[in-house]
Amino acid sequence: MESGGPVNSETAPRAKIRLQDISKAFSTGGRRLAVLERVDLYAGEGEFVSLVGPSGCGKSTLLNVIAGLEAADSGTIDIEGLGGGSRLGQLGYMQQKDLLMPWRTVLDNAILPLELRGVSRSRARERALGLVDAFGLRGFEGQLPFALSGGMRQRVAFLRTLLADQDVLLLDEPFGALDALTRARMQEWLLGLWDSLKKTIILVTHDVEEALLLSDRAYVLTARPARVKAEVVVGLPRPRRLDMLVSEEFVRLKSELLAVLLEEGRLG
Amino acid sequence: MYRRGMREWMLRARWLAVGAWRWLPPALIVLCLLGLWEGLVRLFDVPGWQLPAPSAIGVELHDSAALLWGHTLVTLKEVLVGFALALGVGIYLAIGIAYSRLLERSIYPFVIASQTIPVIAIAPLLLIWLGYGLSPKVVVVALIAFFPIVVNMVDGLKSVDADMVSMMRTLGASRWQIFTKLQVPTSLPFLFSGTKIAIAVSVIGAVIGEWVGARAGLGYLMTVSVPYFLTARVFAAIFILSVMGILLFVAVALMERLSLPWYHTERRQRAGGASG
Repeated sequence: MESGGPVNSETAPRAKIRLQDISKAFSTGGRRLAVLERVDLYAGEGEFVSLVGPSGCGKSTLLNVIAGLEAADSGTIDIEGLGGGSRLGQLGYMQQKDLLMPWRTVLDNAILPLELRGVSRSRARERALGLVDAFGLRGFEGQLPFALSGGMRQRVAFLRTLLADQDVLLLDEPFGALDALTRARMQEWLLGLWDSLKKTIILVTHDVEEALLLSDRAYVLTARPARVKAEVVVGLPRPRRLDMLVSEEFVRLKSELLAVLLEEGRLG
Repeated sequence: MYRRGMREWMLRARWLAVGAWRWLPPALIVLCLLGLWEGLVRLFDVPGWQLPAPSAIGVELHDSAALLWGHTLVTLKEVLVGFALALGVGIYLAIGIAYSRLLERSIYPFVIASQTIPVIAIAPLLLIWLGYGLSPKVVVVALIAFFPIVVNMVDGLKSVDADMVSMMRTLGASRWQIFTKLQVPTSLPFLFSGTKIAIAVSVIGAVIGEWVGARAGLGYLMTVSVPYFLTARVFAAIFILSVMGILLFVAVALMERLSLPWYHTERRQRAGGASG
């Protein structure tokens, strides 16, 4: 039940963010529904960590709690360099929906966090313009969101999250709504971008391949209520490439993770 | 490049054709009805005081232009001032209702109740309280026009996507920033829907206000023309009121297009995507 993967805590990097004993329950119509149960996990400085779990297991609630949108019933969340106050506005959070404002152009959607901080529009636009190439948005800066493909909209949302200038990014199934091909391209793109980002990332996904391909470490969560069931260190070398999907090590890790997940599916 | 230009041109031609197709039938119907009206009046030799022919109304519009114009300006002023008042009060009221449970519970029922009282019944009271001048008409116009503005604006402010609010909060947005950068833009299309209804009923409000008691305005002109059987003048006034209403409506619709370009392109794109 505890940790199933090979973990060596001595070589683990310094924790940038650490969750201890996080529990949360919703009460609906007098019934108590436990969603999170004593969740313990951490992400090191600059580490890419995935949370894998069955759909509807409470992964999004967990991210909402980390982001500060919802309060946990018990437990603590420590983020290095952050005091005790509200975590709202202190973490980058990209939700599953792109949540672009239909009345703002691509560029103006991206600079929203800068604008909210009081940076002048012209300076904010200048900064965003320096990133449009890396985000594959060149030529679309002045377009309104409805004219964009799903992958592009997602990249605009990601650029917006990045421009919030936070050290920790929470990504909630960012590629979940995309078709398989676009999804693979986006994963490849994120891998390429990843090295230069130097961010601590917590990615929520139900896709085992995505978790393995992108992350340094993955936690497997149980079905509701979500608990940490296993932890797997992904020993694949970086930089990662899509063709690693068929490497021996990848297949071994995948079967290991799937076994844990499937066991969970039977229990649920 | 060439193909794109060609495509653009064809789209424009199609748009024009669609436009013509939209306007041609109503224009033809109006022309047919006017012709029928003119023909029947002449055929049965209907006296002008009973039912003037369209041509007679045209002559009246031309001959009494100065008189009609003077009264038109009076009515137009009542409409615009009353409408502006309704817009100002309506928007603030809507914001209050959308953000305060207390205001929603206490004021919203009265906003709705105010519409069940016939304005024509209040108008004479306004005459007693405010006299024969501009103010009672302005109040009547505002009373009618503020309702669609408030109801639509409240709906608009409440239709904000909760996930969008969450997104703003994780970016550290203040309540005021969420209001100005998210809720106001979201509610604008709703506000314009309400405003289009409001401007159309504003003209009706002004005429009702004038009927009850006035010294000038197109509604007043109608009431003083009837006893003298100046029927063509009554029709001329109706014609001007109708044109005024249409032009004001078009002006608001135009402003909507200019201030919400994203809303209309998005809608057109969706409609185009669905059909093609």
